[in-house]
Amino acid sequence: MLHIKCPYCGMRSQNEFAYGGDASAKRPELNKEISDLEWDSFVYLRKSLRGKHLELWHHISGCRQWFKVQRDTATHEIFKTLKPSEDI
Amino acid sequence: MQKYSVFNLIKNAFTGHKDWEVAWKDPTPKSEYDVVIIGGGGHGLATAYYLAKEHNITNVAIIEKGWIGGGNVGRNTTIIRSNYMHDDNARFSEFGMNLWRNMSQELNFNVMFSPRGIINLAHSDAQMNVFSRRGNSMRLNGIDAVLLEREEVKKIIPMADFSENVRFPIFGGLMQPSAGTARHDGVAWGYARQADSMGVDIIQNCEVTGFDVVGGKIKGIRTSKGDIKANKVGLCVAGSTSILAEKLNMTLPVETHLLQACVSEPIKPILDSVVTFGAGHFYCSQSDKGEMVMGGDLDGYNSYAQRGNLPTLQHVLTEGIAMFPFLSKLKMLRTWGGIMDMSMDGSPIIDKTHIEGLYLNCGWCYGGFKATPASGWTFAHTIAQDKVHELNAGYSLNRFHTGHLLDEKGLGTKTWIS
Repeated sequence: MLHIKCPYCGMRSQNEFAYGGDASAKRPELNKEISDLEWDSFVYLRKSLRGKHLELWHHISGCRQWFKVQRDTATHEIFKTLKPSEDI
Repeated sequence: MQKYSVFNLIKNAFTGHKDWEVAWKDPTPKSEYDVVIIGGGGHGLATAYYLAKEHNITNVAIIEKGWIGGGNVGRNTTIIRSNYMHDDNARFSEFGMNLWRNMSQELNFNVMFSPRGIINLAHSDAQMNVFSRRGNSMRLNGIDAVLLEREEVKKIIPMADFSENVRFPIFGGLMQPSAGTARHDGVAWGYARQADSMGVDIIQNCEVTGFDVVGGKIKGIRTSKGDIKANKVGLCVAGSTSILAEKLNMTLPVETHLLQACVSEPIKPILDSVVTFGAGHFYCSQSDKGEMVMGGDLDGYNSYAQRGNLPTLQHVLTEGIAMFPFLSKLKMLRTWGGIMDMSMDGSPIIDKTHIEGLYLNCGWCYGGFKATPASGWTFAHTIAQDKVHELNAGYSLNRFHTGHLLDEKGLGTKTWIS
């Protein structure tokens, strides 16, 4: 069982949370002309790193806030959790 | 190669079984091959076998970081089926079913293919409608499909929960009678033994550390046992695809996720088909040893751990008990995890890449094991002819760019959407 520290609620167990994928995928800027390639890169392509991975989680059975987690994908160690606006 | 037969078994009994030939050799890598396959799992071994058998290309090496059959081919729940609705998936997997049917004879290795049927349970009228549509599509593609009423399902699996006051009552199901199971590691060993006998070098405990790409063409690979030259390289590494893609500066529509499975203590025969729960993700069969073999959802977050987490197992087994209440009385014997190359539309990729001579085979999600022969066969064709076969034309890498997704069931990486 992972123990995840929600930046708003503190330490909770994994089953209160839902995973939201790679946090480094950036949606192209609104109203900007972009190519199909840029768009499908954002939608489909992922680095899927082994090791430190910045990802989104959702405290779905708690405060319902989204936040970022820096976690090791090989050991599952969690290094840091951040609010969505914060950067590593 | 020494044939495996009852006569050879008796003959070798007289010498205490000390004179059997090794099933495959342990060669040191040569400096150059015509084709290098990276990944000694089921798909890689099958690819090498079909390169030799169908295309007469025998100067081939399989490079495996661990030992052959130690990855997902030895970690799955051994289910073989072709109950797909989309034409591309149906044709590909039914082609594979025909290879499965002759595999033991062809490989001279008993892979214990057991066509015991698979039943997908339906828990509402709407789901019965969806299943009848899928069943009709399967039949149009020449695949056997039978829509079962509730009473017919009850005859086959009377131990399921057929009470009416449950959250997900059983309305019926869709059965593919020709689906089944096989002994998974036997498949890896059978392909390895035949490939080796035709001249393929199986190189174990050898990690790929880099690639030589010159002017957009692949020239060779770098490994922990030295550099190997090859003008054709096939990538067949399942959950490690993204790691090798990074070394090639490629970003793929694939994420690596963890999938768990488990077996119970062995019990007397009770279940003679494969059954899937229709209101969640749970599937179950009984092995020849009597263990209930069970699996379900991904753990849900990117992982290379090959080791699962308890909440998912608890969730999956809760579904199992809703379907077969007797499972609650059983002790678990083993649980394990494997790392899956989850593609974004839930369908695989078997294709050429933008690098000349580099071929990609990945994105198998939950369904890699059953695809082993068809994947090997089509990947070998793609490598040997330098063009995709019509059977794997739908499994292109650029479908994510052109919008031709093969979203059979919406089972991609994003389990959190459900």
